[in-house]
Amino acid sequence: MANQAISVAPAAPSAPFQKWATAVVLAWLIPGAGHFFLKRPIRGAILAGSVVVMFAFGLLMRGAMFEWLWTSSDMLTTLIYCGGHVANNAAGIPYYLATWMGYTQPDVAGHVHDYGTKFLAGAGLLNILAMVDAYEIATGEKD
Amino acid sequence: MNLSLSHFEASLLFALITSLVFGVVTKKTDKERLQYGLQTFGYFVLALFGIAWVMKLGHG
Repeated sequence: MANQAISVAPAAPSAPFQKWATAVVLAWLIPGAGHFFLKRPIRGAILAGSVVVMFAFGLLMRGAMFEWLWTSSDMLTTLIYCGGHVANNAAGIPYYLATWMGYTQPDVAGHVHDYGTKFLAGAGLLNILAMVDAYEIATGEKD
Repeated sequence: MNLSLSHFEASLLFALITSLVFGVVTKKTDKERLQYGLQTFGYFVLALFGIAWVMKLGHG
């Protein structure tokens, strides 16, 4: 049996759990903070500004927050409401501050409210992108 | 204080902020980021006008 050389690329050294976990949690709670922690202040400031501005516009347009609504009979409704709730939570401190200060808005008809709802969820989704970026920087996958 | 934006203004604002974040998190160099951000914003605006025309023609 011929010798077969099996070449396995050495695994890239992974960053310590504590470093990337801190960056990701910071990025979640305070938009942009993960990048500041990783010494990327300009990118952190742009991301923080984007998420906060989008969230603020959502509040000004009186967007509604999604509630956790689990119905086994209608999966689409479950997906929209549970997904929206996760997206709202992903905005971090802005979301918790707004709800803690009593922001409530029923889901009413009208394009401005509708855009507001999407802006609030969109802010959280953008923050998820920022969290992923912080993770990639912390693990050395990205500069 | 309530903000009342038109469909166009709200969509444009959404496109602007989203492309900014896409540009920052996607590419590696500042030049690539700027280029990708502008390109994404352009695609958003193009889709905005395209979908608007489809809805206008669809509704007659």
